[in-house]
Amino acid sequence: MIAALAAPVLATATVDSVVFAICAAIVLVGAFGVVLSTNPVYSALSLVLTLFGVAVLFVEQDAQFLAAVQVIVYAGAIVVLFLFVIMLLGVDRAEPETTSRLPGQRPLAVLLGMAGLGELLALARWRHWLTGARPSGQGAIGGGANTGALAKSLFTTYLLPFELTSLLLIIAVLAAVVLARRPSHTPAAPPPLEESDDVGAPLAPAIGPDEAASGVRNVTDEEVGAV
Amino acid sequence: MTLDGTWYLALAAVLFGVGAVGLLVRRNVLVMFMCVELMLNAVNLTFVTFSRMLGDIHGQSLVFFVLVVAAAEVVVGLGIIVSIFRRRPEATADDLNILKG
Repeated sequence: MIAALAAPVLATATVDSVVFAICAAIVLVGAFGVVLSTNPVYSALSLVLTLFGVAVLFVEQDAQFLAAVQVIVYAGAIVVLFLFVIMLLGVDRAEPETTSRLPGQRPLAVLLGMAGLGELLALARWRHWLTGARPSGQGAIGGGANTGALAKSLFTTYLLPFELTSLLLIIAVLAAVVLARRPSHTPAAPPPLEESDDVGAPLAPAIGPDEAASGVRNVTDEEVGAV
Repeated sequence: MTLDGTWYLALAAVLFGVGAVGLLVRRNVLVMFMCVELMLNAVNLTFVTFSRMLGDIHGQSLVFFVLVVAAAEVVVGLGIIVSIFRRRPEATADDLNILKG
């Protein structure tokens, strides 16, 4: 009887461990692919891999709604936006890796990254420093009630921030339109980056008539001397 | 469900570290943006893990807001990148030093 009750629990734990191991491998392979790929298109596709792995881990932790939102919003919208920009701009070339202008910046970055990772792992190990409470382990929010519980939280406790996110999205859309719009009303206006080069252009004619006037005066003086 | 949350927290820490190192090491602006997304995903995974461990739904609500802010950030950031690359097609992060005093 006890063995019959314990067997599904053990099987669940084993299945969870296997799923976690596979998803962790997928997430880490995708993350290293993002960082190490020289082609930005490969980086974007590796990012999709990582996002799917994280979505499966969300399902594994009884956050079904967030897993769906993760796939729809991240993999369906954000990565597609990245790919659009990459292919629109044609920047899918390998970047020149030798253009680092700060010597020793990369080893220092890796060293500091390892130090920060060590700190994070230590905090994850002794996590009661973070929460101040022992894990209760109650799965009261899982199963089919997850979406309902999340909706109740969003529309009661966080109603005002939820409405503010709509304002934030409208502002972001307006900003994207303004940033990506070509200034069509002034087609002949030079871009601001090249104004410093164009400043010299009006000065050259200002010097030109002065020299021309002096030249004319010299000519007239010579003519006077000749006469 | 029965797996200890420490594993998830460790995975999220490693993911955050990889994203941070990538943000510091890479020169391509688009790849740097993707590394920011990696770090945001690591934080989301941490939120969901603590939400499960403490039996509190509010961590998942925070993940929702992080998703919205990430979407807005990507839209505005890619708009800025498009407007930069329209003027300087070969620009990396080292070349964008116009604001340097």
